[in-house]
Amino acid sequence: MKIELTLNGRKISVDILPGEYLIETLRKCNIHSVRRGCDTTNCGVCTILLDGKPVPSCSVLSAQADHHQITTIEGIAHEAEKLSTFFGKEGADQCGYCNPALALSVYALMKENPHPTSAEIDEYLIGNLCRCSGYKNQNKAIMAFLAEEARMEEQ
Amino acid sequence: MKVVNQKIPSIDGKSLMMGRIAYSDDFADSDSLVIKVLRSPHPFAKIVAIDVSSASTLPGVEIVLTYADFNRIPFTRAGQGYPEPSPHDKFVLDEYVRYIGDEVAIVAAVDEATAKEALKLINVEYQVMEPILDFETAYNNPIVLHPEPEIHEMFPIGFDPKKNVAAEYHMEIGDIETALKQCDVVVNETYYTQAQAHAMMEPHSCNARFDHLNRLVIYSSTQTPFHIRRIISQALEFPISRIRVIKPRVGGGFGGKQAVHGELIAASVTIRTGKPSKLVYTRKEVFESSYTRHPMRFDMRLGAMKDGTLKAIDCQVLSDTGAYGEHALTVFMVAGSKVLPLYNKVDSVRFGGKVVYTNHTPAGAFRGYGAIQGNFALESVIDVLCHKLQIDPVVFRQKNMMKEGESSPIFAIMGEGTEGTAMTMDTCKLDYCVKRGMELIGWKTKYPRQVISEDLVRGVGMAIAMQGSGIPLIDMGSAIIKLNDGGFYNLLVGATDIGQKSDTILAQICAEELETTIDKIIVTSSDTDLTPFDTGAYASSTTYVSGNAVVNAAKAMKLLLIEEAAKILKINKDKIIFDGSSFSDSEGKIKISLADLSNRLYYNENQKQLATTGSFVGHKSPPPFMAGFAEVEIDIKTGETSVINYVSVVDCGTTINPKLAQGQVEGGIVQGIGMALYEEVNVAKSGKLITNSFLSYKIPTRLEIKNLVTEFADSYEESGPFGAKSVAEIGIDTPPAAIMNAIYNAIGVRINVLPATPEKIWMGINKKEKKL
Repeated sequence: MKIELTLNGRKISVDILPGEYLIETLRKCNIHSVRRGCDTTNCGVCTILLDGKPVPSCSVLSAQADHHQITTIEGIAHEAEKLSTFFGKEGADQCGYCNPALALSVYALMKENPHPTSAEIDEYLIGNLCRCSGYKNQNKAIMAFLAEEARMEEQ
Repeated sequence: MKVVNQKIPSIDGKSLMMGRIAYSDDFADSDSLVIKVLRSPHPFAKIVAIDVSSASTLPGVEIVLTYADFNRIPFTRAGQGYPEPSPHDKFVLDEYVRYIGDEVAIVAAVDEATAKEALKLINVEYQVMEPILDFETAYNNPIVLHPEPEIHEMFPIGFDPKKNVAAEYHMEIGDIETALKQCDVVVNETYYTQAQAHAMMEPHSCNARFDHLNRLVIYSSTQTPFHIRRIISQALEFPISRIRVIKPRVGGGFGGKQAVHGELIAASVTIRTGKPSKLVYTRKEVFESSYTRHPMRFDMRLGAMKDGTLKAIDCQVLSDTGAYGEHALTVFMVAGSKVLPLYNKVDSVRFGGKVVYTNHTPAGAFRGYGAIQGNFALESVIDVLCHKLQIDPVVFRQKNMMKEGESSPIFAIMGEGTEGTAMTMDTCKLDYCVKRGMELIGWKTKYPRQVISEDLVRGVGMAIAMQGSGIPLIDMGSAIIKLNDGGFYNLLVGATDIGQKSDTILAQICAEELETTIDKIIVTSSDTDLTPFDTGAYASSTTYVSGNAVVNAAKAMKLLLIEEAAKILKINKDKIIFDGSSFSDSEGKIKISLADLSNRLYYNENQKQLATTGSFVGHKSPPPFMAGFAEVEIDIKTGETSVINYVSVVDCGTTINPKLAQGQVEGGIVQGIGMALYEEVNVAKSGKLITNSFLSYKIPTRLEIKNLVTEFADSYEESGPFGAKSVAEIGIDTPPAAIMNAIYNAIGVRINVLPATPEKIWMGINKKEKKL
């Protein structure tokens, strides 16, 4: 069957098989940034934004996304690049496999709650597992990024 | 130092966050055959008959392979130097299957759905055999896991498969029984460490194809591209000169990707079909069919005098290597060799034990590599002794631990599978680490416990640790530096960046030596055709071993540059001053820039390419040291325990990049906290793995990690690149012991069997209350 998606702001039409998940459909659309980690919705490395909300693309049927908006890291490249400079400063990036997904979750958090506390960040990002970093430097980078974005917003 | 010891952002972080093509599966040919593996449903069985006719004829199936399709060549997947200290006890496919998840057959098809469908059509008749699932019953059991005649050791490692022994080792310094008899106090405890899963975020992934030169090109998510090339050649009898292994970015390894996993399978499919193929492990396969940490039992005896002088350590180990003996000997030996020297003033120390086969998922390399297991046992029993002696455990350690300028006879006796290498601790800032850690955790006010409320109690505990920096006289790293027109450099290294950011670290080292900036150093790593040899990312070797190789190559490049500049400027080379961007005479009058020099060399006169090679093999393995202090909070009604503070003070020599070093330490600490409190590979009575997803196998999330404080001691190791030692593994070693010591100090319950789940703690509290 065919579905219509708005992928990173561009309307596309794509053929899908019955039972196909978004992570597979996005690969067909040449999106490699959505990584596969677990297939059981636990690790968060396949996170995308569906109508602005973070969801694990390994467990959302492509048919469910028909006529919806999908955002991958390519759709928020500007913000991802900015976030990456804060990660660089804090040494918060290691293997990087989970980073595009984490950046998407941070972006969604920012839209929902531009001034989160450290505890709110932990709570919101609990589904984004990381085995490398120890989390704390990531959180410092995220706090600094959000503070900077809020400052820019006020100006 | 301008580049080294600076918090420079990693060179690849931005691109990785932006989701660029980077990891193995991103490089798979779009028309790759998709490989799926039929895996054993039985922990131990013989394949009596296997019928693949229906699967082979399913439309879309390209090839089905069983053990009958492979020559019987035993090898080890371990991914170590050659000859390996692991027994050659594995076949690509075998007629025996030895754990649930072991490979039975390989299917390659046009797509995943077809490959999965074909798996269902393979009919296997198994002769199911009784398995060994309790490692304490494996030795000399009538059930023999490896009866096959072809398997062998490469050199003596105590291999005795008829008794289910993959490896065995014993050593004794002094006379342990006499030494213990002369002690005022002797303690005797048994400890168990569990199997732990690496749980790196990127599953094992590889893909293969033939290129335009008809050579086999493999992209693999591996820690050891050069070993992978050698092992493929040996196990598949395929010319090594026709194999190219490329390691792109890797999504975490932690030892789990040191070994060969899917590479032999993808290579077999592509060699036989001529077509590109790919194999990506499912998460279930990663849990079930890759590796775990070796579970171990430790029987510990310590003897000391009333004044707190430690006199004797006896450490007897039983280790479970699972179905195959990968890293069996060496992980077990590191449980002694990188733990026991911490207390170097004893009269006698004895270490020994066996590594046995069981029908569990094989154990292999995992960050800490035995040291974390040994550290848990030793640093726990040291606290037991301290309580018996009524001495503050910090004071006891300060009296008995290794100090700078000292040595231990263990270094000369115990190596990794071979004899060791004698060395003196030219840098050992343990004294500082302990003192500073005490301040940061607030030991004086918090030790041993604080009652917070009726239900909540807090306790502090600590442990000290050491690791190594590469395997001396075995691990070799090398680098090539090439000058380009325009005056920038290519740095080609065999070293393997698996997310620890070694490409950045090596670029910093190179830039520092060449007095330039990191943007002038373009790093290419881990391509067996393009980059020089390196043993790979394991044994905490890259910064020290590969880093020294980079220093050597850069020093040679500097000499070469100065020689060429002297020719052009027509002055003696001894008079040339090179500041990284230009060459001048001592008065600074005659000058040529590096860019001009390179352009003249490549375009204008006496044209030639400048390139240098450096390599390095360590003659010692200077240990990094650390002190870890844990503060735990326990709900005594439920047993729920959390680590509210973890203080790490680390001596790793110079931190080449302080932020990335902090990331290494804290990542290790969190994995160590996972092992201490949450993580456990659980196997059902049937031998089936229960913890085969992130739903059932719990790694720490953001919520579990409260406060981490990480500092580095001021330290400079002369033999290291710009004073550096290693920092990759040391962070993982202390949490199990420090946290168990903190739990004991909080509530008087000692957990000797990891992990310390709320259930165990609750039962400990209640047992204690009943006794009272």
